[in-house]
Amino acid sequence: MIPYAFKYHRVTSLADAQALFAKSPEAKFLAGGQTLIPTMKQRLANPPELIDISAIADLDFVRLSDDKLVIGAGVRHGDVAASKDVMSAIPALGELAHTIGDPAVRAVGTLGGSIANNDPAADYPAAALGLGATIVTTKRSIAADDYFTGMFETALEDGEIVTEVSFPIPARAGYAKFYNPASRYAMVGVFVADFGSTARVAVTGAAPCVFRVNSMEAALTKSFATQAIETITIAADNMNSDLHGSAEYRAHLVSVMAKRAVQNALNR
Amino acid sequence: MAAVSMTVNGKAVREDVEDRTLLVYFLREHLRLTGTHIGCDTSQCGACVVHVNGRAVKACSMFAVQAEGANVTTIEGLAKDGKLHPVQEAFRENHGLQCGFCTPGMIMTAVDMIARNPDLTREKIREGLEGNICRCTGYHNIVSSIEDAAKKMAGGAA
Repeated sequence: MIPYAFKYHRVTSLADAQALFAKSPEAKFLAGGQTLIPTMKQRLANPPELIDISAIADLDFVRLSDDKLVIGAGVRHGDVAASKDVMSAIPALGELAHTIGDPAVRAVGTLGGSIANNDPAADYPAAALGLGATIVTTKRSIAADDYFTGMFETALEDGEIVTEVSFPIPARAGYAKFYNPASRYAMVGVFVADFGSTARVAVTGAAPCVFRVNSMEAALTKSFATQAIETITIAADNMNSDLHGSAEYRAHLVSVMAKRAVQNALNR
Repeated sequence: MAAVSMTVNGKAVREDVEDRTLLVYFLREHLRLTGTHIGCDTSQCGACVVHVNGRAVKACSMFAVQAEGANVTTIEGLAKDGKLHPVQEAFRENHGLQCGFCTPGMIMTAVDMIARNPDLTREKIREGLEGNICRCTGYHNIVSSIEDAAKKMAGGAA
């Protein structure tokens, strides 16, 4: 498959990326391209210009401090999964990265690309929302609660580039994912985090956009145990329904995956 | 059109390509290295896996211009001085292929997998082959081939 023609630019600094975008506001930023390139091949996307930001060295870092783990937007999924800092601070995040796609996709796809795209079935949005991360861009810092706004939609403005994601370090966290067996995307993925005084629960794959489950958070805040959410069910009203599973099936999976995620967190 | 330069199997190459030319078409049609296969062309099957700067990637999901200046290895670059790479040899010995269409991608993935994982198990090999599909469903012997190659390569290094 051959995409529509476009003009390609490779930049090595954010300043150059922004300068190019100012001249060509129809351009798209290219990071790992593991979603954008297949989409362009199917001719579902037709950007006249691509600004390749994957060679910006400033976006490729993992920085660990006492209470947070900051990951550059250009870090590849495979490098997140292999990072000693990630695995020591938030092992659930490294394990989540390891479940994305396959090894060749993880060798190229980036954290920034994933959350900028905000695919309804992507894994990283669950971690960002479940951990209450802060998304840092070329313009500002955005709380995850305000960042993921809809299906493939985020708070990002035209030309705004995600530069890093700052994850608060929880006491414990867990992720559980029911794979679509063909694509490895999440049919339903649930990320739970226990911060001691509060618990957070974020669900991906089930609905048009990642979302939190307040009832489960309240129960887990009181008692971080699978029994605490044993009887909590989720309404099927806003769930996705497609050939892979009905809305009712996905709603059921949310409860099952949430319990497994809590168990995963407790197993550490 | 843009001139793109890279090193492929140790040889410097330079060709004029359209910006939209995918790396796999560049390798197959510009360089005539047809060992890298196009299976699904939708980044699922892994028949097009090559190494770019030491990472196994799907050449159907990357533009040739993105590999500007890169070091690329294809299946044609594995054998040295007429001697098969240990992974190729292991696929031959263990009957790790049936029709052979997926084999170049399987082998390129396997070489990367062995390099990254010193303690491969059959389970880890199967997990590592997540992005490679064998339509003959010949996975059992593919796993055995990789297991055998990993063992022999570890032995050779010790």
